[in-house]
Amino acid sequence: MIGSVTGLTRNGVKDFWVQRISAIILAVYVLFLLGFLISHSPVNFAIWKNLFVCTWMRIFSLLALLSLLGHAWIGVWTIFTDYVTCAVLRGILQIAVVIVLFFCLLWGIHILWWG
Amino acid sequence: MSHRPRNIGLGSLIHYRFPLTAIASILHRISGLLLFISIPFVLWVLDISLRSSFDFHRVVMHFDAPICTFFIWAFLSALIYHFIAGVKHLLMDIGFFEEKLSGKVASGIVILLAIVLIVLLGWWML
Repeated sequence: MIGSVTGLTRNGVKDFWVQRISAIILAVYVLFLLGFLISHSPVNFAIWKNLFVCTWMRIFSLLALLSLLGHAWIGVWTIFTDYVTCAVLRGILQIAVVIVLFFCLLWGIHILWWG
Repeated sequence: MSHRPRNIGLGSLIHYRFPLTAIASILHRISGLLLFISIPFVLWVLDISLRSSFDFHRVVMHFDAPICTFFIWAFLSALIYHFIAGVKHLLMDIGFFEEKLSGKVASGIVILLAIVLIVLLGWWML
């Protein structure tokens, strides 16, 4: 079997599951943030900061961030494979996206633990 | 006439008439791409907002600038659409809306619901 070189898990079925599970995690995270903003309105710095220094919120946010980056990787890969027909260009674009996502991961971890 | 599958160029797409299901699908992709592009900006705002009380207020103050309001509205619109269309996608994975009619109705509901929420959001943000 020939795997996809630039897919997230190099396996279509695994990519399928990563996309679905990450989608559910992201949906829960977005609904949680929405609920928090509504229930604590108007949000000030102390309320906002206190939320993000909680250990559970750091872990929840990191989980959401990892889900977001995996979800974006697969989503963008799907779009590129459908619309960018030149393999070399597609490879370059996908690698560029992965580098950007990797820096977003480092940045996100930095914000959550040392922000 | 050849029966081989053929690739359709992005440029020739405008000459086709799309069914509702295709429009719902392409909007899911476009909104997803917009959200992907937004990731660094969201991280940037989160980064600044968590630094200090002063920086937090600076971010909130900028939200009121018309150009910022527009971009936040655009970002949240993409999020609303992608969220609702994504839920439809997950429902389709477990076997719903797979027939021609139910698929069409579900796509219509997704688009309509998203439009209503996006307009309400814009009205609330003004």
